[in-house]
Amino acid sequence: MTQINGMRPDFAIIADWIKPKSRVLDLGCGDGTLLNYLTREKGVNGYGLEIEDKYIPLCISKGVNIIQTDLDAGLSEFDADSFDYVVLSLTLQSVKYPDRLLSEMLRVGTEGIVTFPNFGHWQTRFQLAFLGKMPVSRTLPYAWYNKPNIHLCTLKDFEILCRRLNIDILERHAVDHAHKTSLPLRLLPNLLGEIALYRFRRKAGS
Amino acid sequence: MSQDFPADSVGLVAPNTLHWDQPLPLSSGGVLPAYDLVYETYGRLNARKTNAVLVCHALSGSHHVAGYYPGDTKPGWWENIIGPGKTIDTNKFYVVGCNNLGSCFGATGPASINPANGKPYGPDFPIITVRDWVESQARLADALGIQKWAAVMGGSLGGMQALQWAIDYPERIAHAIAIAAASKLTAQNIAFNEIARQAIRSDPDFHNGRFYDYNTEPRQGLRLARMLGHITYLSHDLMHEKFGRERPEGKFNFDYEVEFQVESYLRHQGDSFAGKFDANTYLLMTKALDYFDPADETGGDLSAAFKPAQADFLILSFTSDWRFAPARSREIVKALHDNDFNVSYAEIKAQYGHDAFLMKIPQYLEVLGTYMQRVAEGGT
Repeated sequence: MTQINGMRPDFAIIADWIKPKSRVLDLGCGDGTLLNYLTREKGVNGYGLEIEDKYIPLCISKGVNIIQTDLDAGLSEFDADSFDYVVLSLTLQSVKYPDRLLSEMLRVGTEGIVTFPNFGHWQTRFQLAFLGKMPVSRTLPYAWYNKPNIHLCTLKDFEILCRRLNIDILERHAVDHAHKTSLPLRLLPNLLGEIALYRFRRKAGS
Repeated sequence: MSQDFPADSVGLVAPNTLHWDQPLPLSSGGVLPAYDLVYETYGRLNARKTNAVLVCHALSGSHHVAGYYPGDTKPGWWENIIGPGKTIDTNKFYVVGCNNLGSCFGATGPASINPANGKPYGPDFPIITVRDWVESQARLADALGIQKWAAVMGGSLGGMQALQWAIDYPERIAHAIAIAAASKLTAQNIAFNEIARQAIRSDPDFHNGRFYDYNTEPRQGLRLARMLGHITYLSHDLMHEKFGRERPEGKFNFDYEVEFQVESYLRHQGDSFAGKFDANTYLLMTKALDYFDPADETGGDLSAAFKPAQADFLILSFTSDWRFAPARSREIVKALHDNDFNVSYAEIKAQYGHDAFLMKIPQYLEVLGTYMQRVAEGGT
């Protein structure tokens, strides 16, 4: 796996999945770190969408093409099949309509890449089942009343939704907080995985 | 007597005039046989001539973009943005402000003397388009020895010129920056312009545009045009905040004289504008706005219209701008990313309406300043 100094580790897995010279749309691109890396190392041509004011100058200073956009308004300003990959990293849980956005991702792109915090992780389950409280963890650091994460799901939930939307999952990683994988993680991803990463495409003929 | 200027101002400035005898072919099919352009420059052109930035003005603007004229207390129209250490840093850039043909601030326009008959052109002055302006600005660039602009930029109608530059002279512009602009006016927008034109043209002192010969001017019409325009440059919220229903006298007078604060403000705006602007220029500028539509030649396909461009783009809009709404800017952005061009877009939260592009809004200055840093790095 590519090691990228000082970069969010899920980006390393995403970067590994993306072929050089491809066209990439990064939804909720933050400060543009991933796109900047992909542009420099893989020669991709990309655009980042982000709503937060504070990230716009940070992207511009990196030379990242940033388009200030509200993802909840959809991707209607992008034509069908205009990207090789549409990336949504740690953002799925905070959009209003995750199902619509997933469909939109595969309208404008050939492949989709999604990462999200796994609500099925054992610590989350433990807090809800035995403490009777909404879970708070390293990957879910917010109190229930004050959080951007309004659509949390588990690996299982996500895969059920993919089936319903006729989405073919091509690759899956479940990793711990340090974004390392291990044998137990591979055996029990929905219980031990803190972050889920998926690469997927439209089912043939759908 | 010497004047004191703020440390971040370019300080005392003076305009320059250049004359062309080489005829300028126009979009209308006509020709301008000879003409003057007036311009100002701030900062220094570097040895490789790679740090020149052209600032294009909007409807009522001029080449006086920054700094002060002797004795003036009011600086150029983009003083908030341009100066040493400012968003457009004159320590790094050689900034050129150019007065557009058809204007009334020095460039040849309807009030200039027509060499054919020794009288002011008036209605005989040809209608000039954004494309014609770009053509004349390219000649100015030649005269200044600038082969390629580091950036061409402007707000509103000025932003339209930046876009046209990117299309017409792809190899002569590294960055195009269009702020509070549009790729074409909407019907509503043209409608506002038409009312402004009717206000001027129906003024008895207009004399079919030959008012100079009668030693008068259609002040009432121009005043009305400006009052209407001014409302559309402000937002509902800003007007509410600035004026509300405030009445200096407190009670109703039950007559038609000025009572509400907003009335006296608009009259003041109209009066001061009518005292310094030319009615024919106003007509011409609004027509240039109405005609602007690069996609007109590509069957309405804006993406196709931008195809020749090579520049990188920064597009900015303001949330409360309803005259050139964010949706208009996003149409430009779409056409640009359809072409795989480098484009960044920010929608700045601001309550100032269309006039926001003139204001010191922190996020606006931050985004534009960061982009200018990128322009500076690419240009040296």
